Amino acid sequence: MRLEPKPAPGLVSALLYPAGAILATLVIASVLVLIAGASPFTVFGLVAKGAAGSRFALLETLTRATPLIFTGLAVAVAFHAKLWNIGAEAQLYIGGVVTAVLGTGALPLPGPLLVPLIALCAMVAGALLLLGPAVLKTRFGVDEVVTTLLLNFIVLLFVSLLLEGPLKDPMGMGWPQSAALVGEARLPRLIHGKRLHLGFVIALVAALAVWVILRKTALGYEMRAVGNNIQAARFAGIPVNRVLMKTALLSGGLAALAGFSEVAGLKGNLSLDLSPGFGYTGIVVAMLALLHPLGVVVSAIFVAGIFVGADAMSRAAGVPSYIAQVMVATALLTMVTAIMLTRYRIRWR
Amino acid sequence: MDGAMDGAMDDGAVLRLVGVTKRFGPLVANDSVSFTLNKGEVIALLGENGAGKTTLMNILFGHYLADEGHVEAFGHRLPPGEPRAALAAGIGMVHQHFTLADSMSVLENIALGTQSLWSLRFDRRRALARITTLSRDFGLEVHPNAQVSDLSVGERQRVEILKALYRDARVLILDEPTAVLTPLETEALFRTLKKLVAKGLSILFISHKLNEVLAVSDRVLVLRSGKIAGERATSATNRSELAALMVGDTVTEPTVTDHAPGETVIELVGIRTTGRVGGAPLDTIDLTLREGEITGLAGVSGNGQAALAALLAGTLRPDSGTIRIRGEEMGEWTARTALAHRIGRIPEDRHTIGMIGDMNVIENAISESYRSPRFSHRGLLDWKGAEDFARAIIRDYDVKCPSPRAPVRLLSGGNMQKLILGRAFDGAPHVILASQPTRGLDVGAVAYVHAKLLEARNRGAAILLISEDLDEVLALSDRILVISKGRLSPPSARGALTVREIGERMAGHGFQEEGGIHAA
Repeated sequence: MRLEPKPAPGLVSALLYPAGAILATLVIASVLVLIAGASPFTVFGLVAKGAAGSRFALLETLTRATPLIFTGLAVAVAFHAKLWNIGAEAQLYIGGVVTAVLGTGALPLPGPLLVPLIALCAMVAGALLLLGPAVLKTRFGVDEVVTTLLLNFIVLLFVSLLLEGPLKDPMGMGWPQSAALVGEARLPRLIHGKRLHLGFVIALVAALAVWVILRKTALGYEMRAVGNNIQAARFAGIPVNRVLMKTALLSGGLAALAGFSEVAGLKGNLSLDLSPGFGYTGIVVAMLALLHPLGVVVSAIFVAGIFVGADAMSRAAGVPSYIAQVMVATALLTMVTAIMLTRYRIRWR
Repeated sequence: MDGAMDGAMDDGAVLRLVGVTKRFGPLVANDSVSFTLNKGEVIALLGENGAGKTTLMNILFGHYLADEGHVEAFGHRLPPGEPRAALAAGIGMVHQHFTLADSMSVLENIALGTQSLWSLRFDRRRALARITTLSRDFGLEVHPNAQVSDLSVGERQRVEILKALYRDARVLILDEPTAVLTPLETEALFRTLKKLVAKGLSILFISHKLNEVLAVSDRVLVLRSGKIAGERATSATNRSELAALMVGDTVTEPTVTDHAPGETVIELVGIRTTGRVGGAPLDTIDLTLREGEITGLAGVSGNGQAALAALLAGTLRPDSGTIRIRGEEMGEWTARTALAHRIGRIPEDRHTIGMIGDMNVIENAISESYRSPRFSHRGLLDWKGAEDFARAIIRDYDVKCPSPRAPVRLLSGGNMQKLILGRAFDGAPHVILASQPTRGLDVGAVAYVHAKLLEARNRGAAILLISEDLDEVLALSDRILVISKGRLSPPSARGALTVREIGERMAGHGFQEEGGIHAA
């Protein structure tokens, strides 16, 4: 078996392959569902219903998608410049820490001033967290995959230290969580009595902003040039290292917004279960969207829907909700395969 | 070694290609190619870049699968797509780019892959004896215990040939073997080939250089656009006939009219560089480029051309020495400074350095000027203006592309080079760095590039032409320099040196011992 390059794919095949990828995902997941002793049609039906079958389900999916849009955008931005930021999880937590520190009464400001200020500080903190690996990469050639990945554990332990110490809520009955945010620091709910909050709107605006940056600005052009061919970019006089730094700042800032939005919008305080791996899932979200910022919104909602729907399905059908993880992972693998097939032809013998 | 010949069939045919066709998408790289190689014969496969020579060799050796046709060795059909079967059948290949492990010794490289992975014992003494015999018999001198990274290019090639002979190769395929050799090394290679043939080996010699083909072969096959355009006995043909067959037309050489050079534009004084570019670093060179003059730089690949090109392009900073442009000493030296001082750059490798394959024609067209007010306002790019610019290049330089929005990886080498010319010549540069500007191009594109370079010279640009193709340097240059081991020879006016003299300089003769020779 061997691969041979193929001319550029037409529009039809560009749409057909991803559709095929989704179909393949369902087929593969069906096998597992059958092993679990349920009917795939029932199970997928329940997942879909649980994700979008009611107003409540839909709002829950969008709520879950909000942090994924931010981390997905963070990864998409970085990957465009081939800066392999695997540390969105850490940047998310740092954003959460800043929000908890500044939002629990430290700054006596009115909401319209306080919320943007906290968001900005969270972004700066996340940006600086990714700047370190970027400097190590550009100055000493240290692989950022390793540094950003390991920082996730360091930051999580750091957060745990804070929550057992200085940030620990005195009224928290001993739970490792911070005090609740003051009212002024919180993001308003979009619909009264529902969990969906302003963070979702901010995420949509962020996606649009990232799209503009990538497509319309000189910086976005530089990032794509560096990512596509770093040697050619250097030859053309693009300041490669500076571009990578800017990319790191932008990516880290976006991931930190996920933490800000979860703490200020949804949870109301900082705890160690702030993120069930939103940073890592952001990588899947970005890859499924082929790194397109507006596609990130769609794929974040898709992935969130599978998770939310699988929870509901699990209660009703008795198939473990881990099927969601399998489906998302399979979707990533089939998607990557589909992308390869749009560029190469497989020849058997 | 003699025992290796016993298996050969008596009818004389050792290798036969039958109707080999290979397509890549719409491109037909080989179109029903058939020929027979006989025992003790040297066939030269002649053709331009892109004529399909390398594809054919890859099919022969099992790297590619043919769409139609097959290969026979010693009367047996080779299973397609299996390099191991080709090796077992006695076909040895010496690639244009060597396939040696740098950190291992010559002996280890040669024996590599001939041993079963499961065998624990390696009979070093026997291997050594065999290699020594082979290298003595065929004039392939090389020290078996030397580490490959310490060897010169010519020595590495000998190791490659030894590697094939060690495996009892009875057919040797050499892909552009002289591209990296000095004229003297080339002569030595030809002597070796004669000895091999005398021992009954057969050789397939791939080249695009007419002189070599005439010197070494018994029979010439000319490949053009994937087809065999003609077959001639070497004794019954000549340069012009072969050239016409190769191109399918008579080619007009560029005409250079003498004219006096103008003022000095750029001066390099006592430049030294270190590493990171590949090839030799520059060892204290002086170089002056003048208006309306093409300075040709001849030399064997890897002798400092890459460093000099990177230096002029602004991607390599000198360790010591001075760069002066119109008398002004350059402080900071980057690609941007070079562009700001109107140096137009044609890089050696258009695929990896000149162009960003997955970005489109427009994006590649503006890669050196996107920051200028022409294309960006307060950080926002003017894509409309950029597209107009790209369309202007497409029109003026006759770039054939599906659309300005097509990724440049879909463009042919010639069209990519035209796009690079359009980008580099934008704004009438004062200095032009042309590094291997015609490598891999077909004859039409070569003529186009030459014409554009001469046009730029005639309007007053100072041009440095770096080329491994001596004929190109001789045809275009107003004066010629030779680079060897990072040092420059003194310049000679066109016609002042014979090819042989240049060849000797390329081999490193005629240089002062320390500090290099300073170009006047």
